Amino acid sequence: MDQPPVPRRSARGATDDPRWLKAAIIALVVGFVLVMLVLPLATVFTEALRKGLGPAIAAITDPDGLAAIRLTLITAAIAVPVNALFGICASWAIAKHQFWGKSFLITLIDLPFSVSPVVAGLIYVLVFGLQGWLGPWLDAHGVHIIFALPGIVLATIFVTFPFVARELIPLMQAQGVDEEEAAVSLGASGVRTFLRVTAPNIRWGLLYGVLLCNARAMGEFGAVSVVSGHIRGETDTMPLHVEILYNEYNFVGAFAVAGLLCLLAVVTIIVKTALESLQPEVGRRAV
Amino acid sequence: MPSDPRDAPEGAPLNATPADGPAPLTITIRGIEKRFARFPALKGVDLEVRPGELLALLGPSGSGKTTLLRVIAGLEFPEGGQVLFDGEDVTYAGASHRGVGFVFQQYALFKHMTVARNVAFGLEVRKRAKPPKAERDARVDELLKLVELDGYGHRYPTQLSGGQRQRVALARALAVSPRVLLLDEPFGALDATVRKSLRRELRRIHDATGLTTIFVTHDQEEALELADRVAVLNQGEIVQVGAPHEVHDDPVNAFVAGFVGEANRLDGEVRDGRFHIDRVGFPTAAPAGPATGYIRLHQLVLAEGDEPGLEARLERVVFNGPMARLECVGEGGRALEAGTSRERAMPLAPGGRVRLALRGGHVFPRT
Repeated sequence: MDQPPVPRRSARGATDDPRWLKAAIIALVVGFVLVMLVLPLATVFTEALRKGLGPAIAAITDPDGLAAIRLTLITAAIAVPVNALFGICASWAIAKHQFWGKSFLITLIDLPFSVSPVVAGLIYVLVFGLQGWLGPWLDAHGVHIIFALPGIVLATIFVTFPFVARELIPLMQAQGVDEEEAAVSLGASGVRTFLRVTAPNIRWGLLYGVLLCNARAMGEFGAVSVVSGHIRGETDTMPLHVEILYNEYNFVGAFAVAGLLCLLAVVTIIVKTALESLQPEVGRRAV
Repeated sequence: MPSDPRDAPEGAPLNATPADGPAPLTITIRGIEKRFARFPALKGVDLEVRPGELLALLGPSGSGKTTLLRVIAGLEFPEGGQVLFDGEDVTYAGASHRGVGFVFQQYALFKHMTVARNVAFGLEVRKRAKPPKAERDARVDELLKLVELDGYGHRYPTQLSGGQRQRVALARALAVSPRVLLLDEPFGALDATVRKSLRRELRRIHDATGLTTIFVTHDQEEALELADRVAVLNQGEIVQVGAPHEVHDDPVNAFVAGFVGEANRLDGEVRDGRFHIDRVGFPTAAPAGPATGYIRLHQLVLAEGDEPGLEARLERVVFNGPMARLECVGEGGRALEAGTSRERAMPLAPGGRVRLALRGGHVFPRT
């Protein structure tokens, strides 16, 4: 009666791949990441430090370099809070309310992801530029948007605005409105309900969204390039400054600024990962 | 409505709401209409909830019972009609101004707050007459004791069982000294044993607080067991309101007869003041003509001696309570469920023949 036991080797889980396939897939992914991501990143830093630390630091602390860093930080400092606020409003409206045209709105929020950044920049030139619709009128009133900080900020906001909203919409939809209704039925006002119930529930999602948004805001090239006018020391952001230095064959300078940008990005990713690993521990109680 | 002395609180603090607080609330609902998109959820509902009573809104899903509860709470606003609290029109007053304690079906506890902070929430967000911290803490302790969760204040909702979460939700709703307590399917998400003990718990807390309390349920057993009165809803209308024994024993129409309590649904005919099915029947006041009889399990019993009855084949004997349930198949494949004592059911074997006598039932004309 006794059947011989099934050999252990064939006792695979339903979703386990054969060993050779597993190895091949892992090798492919690791190889891809090495060639496409790690190698270029390493190149940036080796090129930047080719002539030692001194020239690299000099390129960054050069007045034009510092101006570019300052402009980038100012741009991010404006664009990120604006998009955080917009993202919260949009996801609130979409997740907690029913209204006509909602799915269309969701599609629109995704638009900046699918539109080429260059087109995004051109849109602002067409609207606010001197040959554009509002340009002459604005110029007559002494308002300069294109080839100035406002244009750069606008283009950056356009390109980065889905990040926070995309992070929050599914989160808020999953949470529903029960807790908010409970707060209101306990006598809380709308503002208090948001601050004490909604905000704590979305804080992690919001943080991720803001970090991603910030990374992209600092790194945006295409859209900003179109509206900035590349005025050295005035309307050059860090990515644009990298291009200018590179075109001038100042490779050490270009890679030094690029390296700084990379560092900012790496720090962002590290912070995000640290937060993620922190969250489950808190999450057991808090989320 | 004074509560039954049998259900007197067992050592629970009576001041869960201030003992010297306002008298229990009367809720009057007049012609409430509410639609979602084009689908009418409530079609002119009238209901008077008596002060201090425990009322069940009973109905199948989609009957509008939860919508009605949310309209009373101020979480939903009707297109027509009025909600009066002690004669005062609150139809369009927001939930935060009504003084209602609402317990949500999924509890809706604040996940990022401890149990104590959850319970204290309603006191902390108060703009006027916010009690000092010591007083709030005392109140939280008192409420956690009332729901038998003292010592759990520092835990988070995710660290509690379903039944415990339900109690926290109840304590939180009571913390604001509401004028009325509203519960949406309070036991829906719990397993049978917990459900049963929490039912008793709710009854005890209701009696201790003396609050006018309304709860929504689709479970007729729950409604009949727990409530002082039951309002049966169907398709956005209140079909019958009455004490549990009234809706069970005197259903006003076929829907109530079929929905409240278990019943055999048998088609027959009314002639000469009797409901006839095959060669058996019983007296009825229903008008002559084709009719459907709703015969409860205790009204369909094993025939005594040569008493006439419905011939049937016994399929299964179920011993799941004080009575035994006989699942039979009658003529033409008709399913029949009869009740009998456990002793009489013992010797019966599936596959055997039984004769089932009719001892009455509710008859409604067939349309």
